[in-house]
Amino acid sequence: MAALLSNAAVLLGKEVRTEFRSRELLSTTVVFVLIVVVVFSFTFDPTTNESRRFGPGLLWMAFLFAASLMLQPCFLREQVNDTLSALRVAVQDPFAIFLAKIAANTLFLLVTELLMLPVFAALFNVSFRAQLPGILLTFFLGSMGISVVGTALAAISAQARMRELLLPLLLLPLLTPILVVCTEVTIRLMQPDPAMEWKGIGLLAGFDLVFLTVLWLFGEYLLEE
Amino acid sequence: MPAPPEGPIGLQFDQVEKRYGAVYALHNLTLSVPAGECVAIAGRNGSGKTTLLRVAARLVRPRKGTISYSGGAADRFPRIGYVAHATMVYDELTAEENLLFFAKLQGVENPAKRAAELLGEVGLEDRTNSLLRTFSRGMRQRLAIARALLAQPSLLLFDEPGTGLDAESGAWLTAHIGKLRDSGSTILMSLHGESEMARLATRAIRLEAGSVIADTRRGAMFQSIFAGAAS
Repeated sequence: MAALLSNAAVLLGKEVRTEFRSRELLSTTVVFVLIVVVVFSFTFDPTTNESRRFGPGLLWMAFLFAASLMLQPCFLREQVNDTLSALRVAVQDPFAIFLAKIAANTLFLLVTELLMLPVFAALFNVSFRAQLPGILLTFFLGSMGISVVGTALAAISAQARMRELLLPLLLLPLLTPILVVCTEVTIRLMQPDPAMEWKGIGLLAGFDLVFLTVLWLFGEYLLEE
Repeated sequence: MPAPPEGPIGLQFDQVEKRYGAVYALHNLTLSVPAGECVAIAGRNGSGKTTLLRVAARLVRPRKGTISYSGGAADRFPRIGYVAHATMVYDELTAEENLLFFAKLQGVENPAKRAAELLGEVGLEDRTNSLLRTFSRGMRQRLAIARALLAQPSLLLFDEPGTGLDAESGAWLTAHIGKLRDSGSTILMSLHGESEMARLATRAIRLEAGSVIADTRRGAMFQSIFAGAAS
């Protein structure tokens, strides 16, 4: 277990270093979410009540599509010089590779979400300040769910033909439960009398745990040629 | 060149089969490589050389048959150094960052010292902090070899390591593999024809359609193994 976590930490360090050096994923996703939020804000010009009702759905849809852009390269990058083979030869437990990629994708998605939150609040005239801990918890669990499923599917699609089409086609239906629950929890947090939907939080945590366990058990096979 | 600390390991392929669709990459392949042996693998394109090395590196799971390691630390996680056509290093990192990353991943003691040592050994000490994307093919290949040697592996697998190298880099690589052989490492290298590198081998095998069709030690038959390998 110690070797697994130590390998995952080293791999995560590499992911973060290469991303903050190139800023390819973060800049793409931030710009994408920004465009969606701005375009919707000007197209519908919603009132505060409408924003509270429809805003979270729009926000999570934007995050989901942005994630599908972000997740695609996470294994494709490793194919450029066949570095995935070098990783597989070096690490004792291939789950370390998944763990690091999931952590990196969750982190990058969270950064995007946190950067976009104030923009969304300003354009849609809603305030999150009082519910920030609840919003952060929802964002974290939602992003982790997207990353766990997305990283597994990115590993599968990286070895397939038509890989650019395959990932969104597999990802979006599988993540519908996450999208629905995250939207409902965020809507509840945005109401004038906000409350935490603990049932929804439990569902998100359960979803993350189940898919993480499945990946731990079968992830090795996804990396094979 | 120091000997692998855990000692060299031997390899045993037993009735190994691997197919890609209907095409056999390895077909009932049985091969024994004792610890410390340097084996050259010859064969035409598509004869199964790369698949054999990737199976040995645990990168490809055979459909049938078994592969076992013996000697050294074979009962634990055998340390394998693998050099392939692709350099298996990151263009976005510097030479030193690449080596430090892989050294930490393999639990190498004092990774900074080991990385500096290997950068000197492969003649890249003056490009330590250069990003890989600024390197020539030969320099990348040198770094790929340094990466493979980081954990002082018990088994070294070279898949046509001379691909894309100029004469000078090729000569350097041959000398380096010679030193590794002399240190007692087990080496399997696929080659595309008779070359200086082939002369380092103590044994040569020839593959065709995924099966061993010739297997010889140094001697009269040795060169015939490579005849017609290039196609």
